Amino acid sequence: MADEPWAHSRYDLQQARSPDAPETATFNDPRGDFGWIHSYETGSTLDGPGIRVVVFMSGCLLRCLYCHNPDTWHLKDGTLVPFERARTALAAYAAPLRAMDGGLTISGGEPLVQMHFTKRLFTAAKEMGLHTALDTSGFLGACADDEYMRQVDLVLLDIKSWDPETYRRAVGQDIKPTIQFAERLATLGKPVWVRFVLVPGLTDDPANVEGIARFVAPMKNVEWVEVLPFHQMGAFKWKAMGLNYELSNTPSPSPDLVARVIGQFREAGCRVR
Amino acid sequence: MPDEATAAQRSADKHDQQPGKLAAKDHRAEAAPTPEAMASVNEWVGFAPGRWQSTVDVRDFIQRNVTPYDGDEAFLAGPSERTKAVWAKLQPYFQEEIRKGVLDVDARTPSSMTAHKPGYIDRDNEIIVGLQTDAPFRRAIMPYGGLRMVEAGLKAAGFEADPIVHEAFTKYRKTHNDGVFDAYTPEIMACRRSHIITGLPDSYGRGRIIGDYRRVALYGTDKLLATKRGERALLDAKWPTDDVIREREELAEQMRALADLATMAEGYGCDITRPAADAREAVQWTYFGYLGAIKEANGAAMSIGRISSFLDIYIERDLKSGALDEASAQELIDQLVQKLRIVRFLRTPDYDALFSGDPYWATECVGGMDLNGRPLVTRTSFRTLHTLTNLGPAPEPNITVLWSRQLPDGFKRYCIKVSAETSSIQYENDDLMRPYWGDDYGIACCVSAMRIGNQMQFFGARVNLAKCLLYAINGGRDEVSGEQIGPAASPVSGDVLDYDDVMAKFDTMMEWLARTYVHAMNCIHYMHDKYYYERLEMALHDQQILRTMAFGIAGLSVVADSLSAIKHTKVRPIRRDDGLIVDYEIEGIYPQYGNNDDRVDTIAADLVSTFMKKIRKHPTYRNATHTQSVLTITSNVVYGKHTGNTPDGRKVGEPFAPGANPMHGRDSHGWLASCLSVAKLPYADAQDGISYTVSVSPSLNRLDQGEKIKQAVKVLDTYCGQGGFHMNLNVLNRDTLLDAMEHPDKYPQLTIRVSGYAVNFVRLTREQQMDVISRTFHGE
Repeated sequence: MADEPWAHSRYDLQQARSPDAPETATFNDPRGDFGWIHSYETGSTLDGPGIRVVVFMSGCLLRCLYCHNPDTWHLKDGTLVPFERARTALAAYAAPLRAMDGGLTISGGEPLVQMHFTKRLFTAAKEMGLHTALDTSGFLGACADDEYMRQVDLVLLDIKSWDPETYRRAVGQDIKPTIQFAERLATLGKPVWVRFVLVPGLTDDPANVEGIARFVAPMKNVEWVEVLPFHQMGAFKWKAMGLNYELSNTPSPSPDLVARVIGQFREAGCRVR
Repeated sequence: MPDEATAAQRSADKHDQQPGKLAAKDHRAEAAPTPEAMASVNEWVGFAPGRWQSTVDVRDFIQRNVTPYDGDEAFLAGPSERTKAVWAKLQPYFQEEIRKGVLDVDARTPSSMTAHKPGYIDRDNEIIVGLQTDAPFRRAIMPYGGLRMVEAGLKAAGFEADPIVHEAFTKYRKTHNDGVFDAYTPEIMACRRSHIITGLPDSYGRGRIIGDYRRVALYGTDKLLATKRGERALLDAKWPTDDVIREREELAEQMRALADLATMAEGYGCDITRPAADAREAVQWTYFGYLGAIKEANGAAMSIGRISSFLDIYIERDLKSGALDEASAQELIDQLVQKLRIVRFLRTPDYDALFSGDPYWATECVGGMDLNGRPLVTRTSFRTLHTLTNLGPAPEPNITVLWSRQLPDGFKRYCIKVSAETSSIQYENDDLMRPYWGDDYGIACCVSAMRIGNQMQFFGARVNLAKCLLYAINGGRDEVSGEQIGPAASPVSGDVLDYDDVMAKFDTMMEWLARTYVHAMNCIHYMHDKYYYERLEMALHDQQILRTMAFGIAGLSVVADSLSAIKHTKVRPIRRDDGLIVDYEIEGIYPQYGNNDDRVDTIAADLVSTFMKKIRKHPTYRNATHTQSVLTITSNVVYGKHTGNTPDGRKVGEPFAPGANPMHGRDSHGWLASCLSVAKLPYADAQDGISYTVSVSPSLNRLDQGEKIKQAVKVLDTYCGQGGFHMNLNVLNRDTLLDAMEHPDKYPQLTIRVSGYAVNFVRLTREQQMDVISRTFHGE
């Protein structure tokens, strides 16, 4: 196992690399000796401070209409990787990442589906002196105990909508766990970058934006609100995987719309970009 | 005006064609100037004195006089009206050249420093003068390298060859090219024909020699001649072995070259027998030195060296005295760069296929630290970079930033800003090179470092290592022609390639290739020295120099991946009826070079060291020190064209990756992984340079410009800190390139960096344009 390549590109579309993997919803691995990893990418400048290595875990419970990684929804989409192998691969980047004030970001999929594995990987990263960032929807936030959160320096928290109906429509799940997780992070004083994907006709309602803005504005731990304009760059994956892509005709938001939304956040008192 | 007496003396020197007599007369007439005499030179008033006054030592002059600058670019000035006027005159030529290629050739006059009358672009507005021939964009012929090359170049450009020149160089005068082929063996000819050793400078100028053109400005030709006479006196005292006789003849040639250079300058109304007296003269004299070189040598690469911070000393002196202001300082540099942008050589379609886009590598180095830990960044380093803004992006001069982590932050940030706007500069690791080459080295061509004025190289292009692997597999037979080229051996047997077996065969085949390669190089450079000696460039060197012989390898990533595939998966050879293995089936996924994966990166690093070791076994012409590069320039396309299917899954005809780059699309985990793989290649065994080209797409990015620049600076610091040698940085959209292919007129100045140099994208062949576009683009 250890000698087999697992280092797939983020853009590979090899489905069901691990056909025997358990179903995502019922998965529970208390030890985290192995993890299903979809891919990893080095050199990101967007997923946390400095230069990052981003590991994309497979498995997610949300089904966002605009998901640009639909090839990471199931555990079986990933390759089963022993923890030691992942740790060694990360270590090969530790020195340059430290030099570039960067670190490890775990994304996905949803990193908290494989909570024990990702916790171990974060712990290993901290031991290497790296900054750590968790990119999550917060839906499984309750599973991450305080011990987990101690290994995380920054949470990239996707709040996909404020209006509960819009939220459910956009992602297929309930908003409450995310709200509760955000409040807990505020209590812990954990640095957060809130991310909001702006999809014309889906999440762009002024009231929807206003709700998030008002909710996060008082939180002193929120360092940034990042408005991510929807793009069609993930569309080819939906098509290639034979999935029904509802947003195929949705345009990217106009510069005016982006400016309006950014303005709303700023007005509410958020530091936004 | 030229001094009468000096002119007369020079004329006497020139007409005295007998080296022995010349030397005898010189002994009586001139002793080396005393230190006191040299210190009282008028042109040097205001400079800190030192060893440089009594001995030719430009480095010492720089050390004692340079004013490092640690600020930002705010002081820079735009182009002057005169600069704009000259530039406007040149534009129609540039545009027509894109459509037509070669615009004009003087087919009748073999070029020399004095062969052509002075030429001008716009006499009223040119403050720096001098053209290769009597008109801009009129190319010269240089038949001493090889007449066939000249005539093929003329034919391709639609010009008639001159019968008198033809007769002279077939009946009366032998060329370098003729000489080399007299000495080649059938084995070398076969290697050349089958493209396992290619691009050898056996029919064109070897280049890769950097005259210390600054010496012309600092000393004037009279003092340089006096020094050469002193060197000659030492040689006269030695017993005439082959070496001594050759060196005496070379010195005589060098002295004649210096006299001719002065005559050439005199034609432009300049007396360069004395040192330059002010900044304008310093720029002009230095350029004359370079101009003399490019009138006589059609070298593959004609670097100008490291002149910016040298010239800065003159500019600072004039700024202080009030003789110059910032706008006129910039004007000097802009006009020098205009001249460097219109250098043209007559070359053949074959040559263009190897080195595309009409490059001449007028490489100029800026930045770097000195041995005392002081930055050699000056305001003129900024001014040189600023020409890319004042005159727009351009491939030449090939501006090379010698990057050190210790460079001042303002300079680092400015470099990145200019890179992002123009994609016209390259970066090389000064912290890595300084321990080898000191603090006054320049870059010949793309990545070849050499101490300026006391080191030169015998350029040797490269061998196709991927083909060598295929020869090993096929027992020395060429996988395309089936011809037996390498030594006959048993080809691999069995259904699956065995790593140890292939490695053993490959080792033997590399041994043969290295030997044949050194053999060929010795023949080439013996003849080049004999028939096409670079008399002026060498006149601007010390007499005692370090010579390197620069070998090279192409296809490193193809071979590393092929061996990784053989080691980590099952590779089944596919045989033709006659047993020749022509293709491979790969079962499974293997670790690929470019992903920071030691399982394959070590294979690549070991290959570099192994081949270097084999090269070092064979003695070289003039006892040159063996070096090696991992560089292809644009020849990666041609190499690919002539190489069959390889065990990594690459198909016949597909281009190799350029230089030390991972194969296209295989470095699939982002630029950081890719950089770190390349940084593992050992510079100690590739002292002629390791070329790495990166293309970054400017994406919509939430970071502001300042933060992006700060990050990019950190990236370069880290890459260099990890041992990375070279970064050829493009900031480009794939869409822009595609559009430029369709509408070249819209992008006359679109400049991109390819392996070690930059080109006008619209002047690449379509094949090469496609290759550039297919290369890995990394998100920002």
